[in-house]
Parts: sequence; C-alpha cells; structure tokens
Amino acid sequence: MTEELGKTVDHESPEIHEREHHVVSPRIYIMILIALLVGTAITVWASYVDLGEWHVAPGLNIFWNPIVALAIACTKATLVVLFFMHVKYGTKLTKLTVGAGVFTFLVLVGMTLSDFFSRAWGRW
Amino acid sequence: MEAVETHQHAHPPYQRHHFETYAQQNDATNFAMWLFLLTEIMFFGGLFTAYLIYRNWYYPAFVSGSHQLNIPLGGLNTLLLITSSFTMAMGVWCAEMRKKGALVLCLILTFVLGTGFLVVKTFEYKEKIEKHHVPGFHYSLQSFLAPETDEAATAAHDKALPLDMARHTEVYFSLYFAMTGMHAMHMIIGVAILAFMIVRAQAGAYTTGHVTFVENFGLYWHFVDIVWIFLFPLLYLISRH
Repeated sequence: MTEELGKTVDHESPEIHEREHHVVSPRIYIMILIALLVGTAITVWASYVDLGEWHVAPGLNIFWNPIVALAIACTKATLVVLFFMHVKYGTKLTKLTVGAGVFTFLVLVGMTLSDFFSRAWGRW
Repeated sequence: MEAVETHQHAHPPYQRHHFETYAQQNDATNFAMWLFLLTEIMFFGGLFTAYLIYRNWYYPAFVSGSHQLNIPLGGLNTLLLITSSFTMAMGVWCAEMRKKGALVLCLILTFVLGTGFLVVKTFEYKEKIEKHHVPGFHYSLQSFLAPETDEAATAAHDKALPLDMARHTEVYFSLYFAMTGMHAMHMIIGVAILAFMIVRAQAGAYTTGHVTFVENFGLYWHFVDIVWIFLFPLLYLISRH
C-alpha cells in the first residue's frame, strides 16, 4: 500500500514522466481531418443561406450568418488545438498556458469592442 | 574532483546537460513554443480586431469588397491547408514511432500542400492586381461605382455604392492584404523550414527519439492553419448571402 502511494506521489521519477508522454494514434488524426473537412463544407454552405437577424433592441440587430460562421471556425480551431496540437494530452502547464493566452486575447478584444460599441451609445 | 568524474550521465546525446530528464527538456521547449504562439495570437488578434471594427463602421463597403473574393479558390485553399495540417500531425506520429521513410513522405506532402496553398494565393493576388484592387495610387473604384461592369459584383447582385462608401472598399482591401499577406509570410517561412526538415529527416535526424523539433514545428504549422480557419469565413464568407 505504502509502496503504491510512494509511486503515485513521486512525480519527479523519470519512468512516470515517460509514461505520461502520450502518442496520439493516426485513427484520431483521421477522424479530426474528416470533422474539419465537414466543418468547412458546412460553413461554405451556410454562407449562401440567409439565416436572418435577431432584433435585440431598437437599433441593435444581430446577424446570424457571421455568428454561425465564427462558431464553426471556433469549433474547428478547438479540434486542431486539442488533437493536432496535443493539448488534450499535454501537461497541466501547457493547458494553463493555452487557456491563459486565449483568456487574455478575449479580454483585449472584448474591452476594445465594448469601448467601440458603447462610446456613443444612444447618440447615433 | 573525483566525485565529478565518477558521476555518470546515463542520458541520450541530444539531452542538454542542465536537464534532469529528456521529458523535462521536451516539456520546457514545448512551453517556450507555446509562449511564442501566444505572442502570435496577440499579433493576429490585433488585425482581426481592426477588421471587426472597420467592418461595422463601413459595412456596405466591406460587403461589396468581400464579393470580389473567389469562394471556390478560398475553399480549395482551406482544404489544402487542413490536409497539410493532417499530414504534419502524421509526420509527428511517424517521428515518435521512428519511421524514417514515412516521416520524410509526410514532410514532403506537407511541403507540397503548403506550396499549393501559396500558388493558389498567387493567382488570387494576380487577379486583384489586374482589377486594380490593390490599395494605393492605382486603386480603381469601378467595381463598386458601376457594379454592372464587373462580373463578380453582378453575380452577387451588388448595387452601386455612393462615392464616399465606395472609397472605403480600399480599407477592406488594405486589411485583406495585411491579413492574408501576413498569413502567407508565415506560410513561406513554414515551407522553407519544411524544406530544411526534409533534408534533415532523410539523414535520420528526427527518428532517434529526439522529436522536439518536429513536434514544435508541427505546433507552428497548426497555428498558421488556425489563423486561416478564421480568415476564410471572415474575409470570404460572412457577407455572401
């Protein structure tokens, strides 16, 4: 029992490090490739269809076409990051790095856009 | 002094002296590569934000501008790039499995697909140059002031824009060339590194268990793919319906 505990707690031992190194199988890569190709087909098809708009408030309309296109693009990007770039099987440090990067990016874009959209609010 | 001499390093030749294990070295290099990619996210993110804001500002100009792009060519390039990402991922797998021949084949396929992307992009740029859609002194407003004279504009049922709005199509094409140009520059650098890697892989450099370089180049290549995954809908698709 104590031996088992000792093994699991000892993260610095080389054998455990070696075991953590995950090789992603080609089968998963092929599945991701198919998903990405299907996503591309859907996004091209959806761009020719008028998906309409959502009247949130007077003077504030949200068009569905760009939202759908960006949602598909985000899904495809997530698949690439998780599987092609091995983040799903990566270390916690890698996951934290990627998460922090995306979060910082969204904060910067979000704050810029919120300033842009709200600076002249009600004065147009 | 004796103690130092008797201290044995049972590690492969490619492991640097200051790392405890090869896995630690690989993790550290991987982390550095991701940090570099984060700076790239911020770099392209600035361009994307500028695009979003100007698109809202000069919406009719951006719609007419995007109608000048060729969706079949853009779609073909998306297929080429996604497939090249797949062959690159397979290349990393081949390196891990120490399959030298298969690794060289994967790298060559990635090189060919990447070059194919650049060739298609060249044809698109050539058309823009011929139609005087490159921002600058020779920029022409004809496609936007008289859409009936323009094939692409007629196909998209464009209406003539007022002069001030038509002039803002130049902003659309400035961003188009800045974003696709920066992306293409990353592709050119990637293809050049791939050519170097093909030679090294043939010499057996990446199938000794030392896969860090192939792995991290794969990260770069996939990142460039992701940028295009966002560029394609934003520049070509969202104003089409």
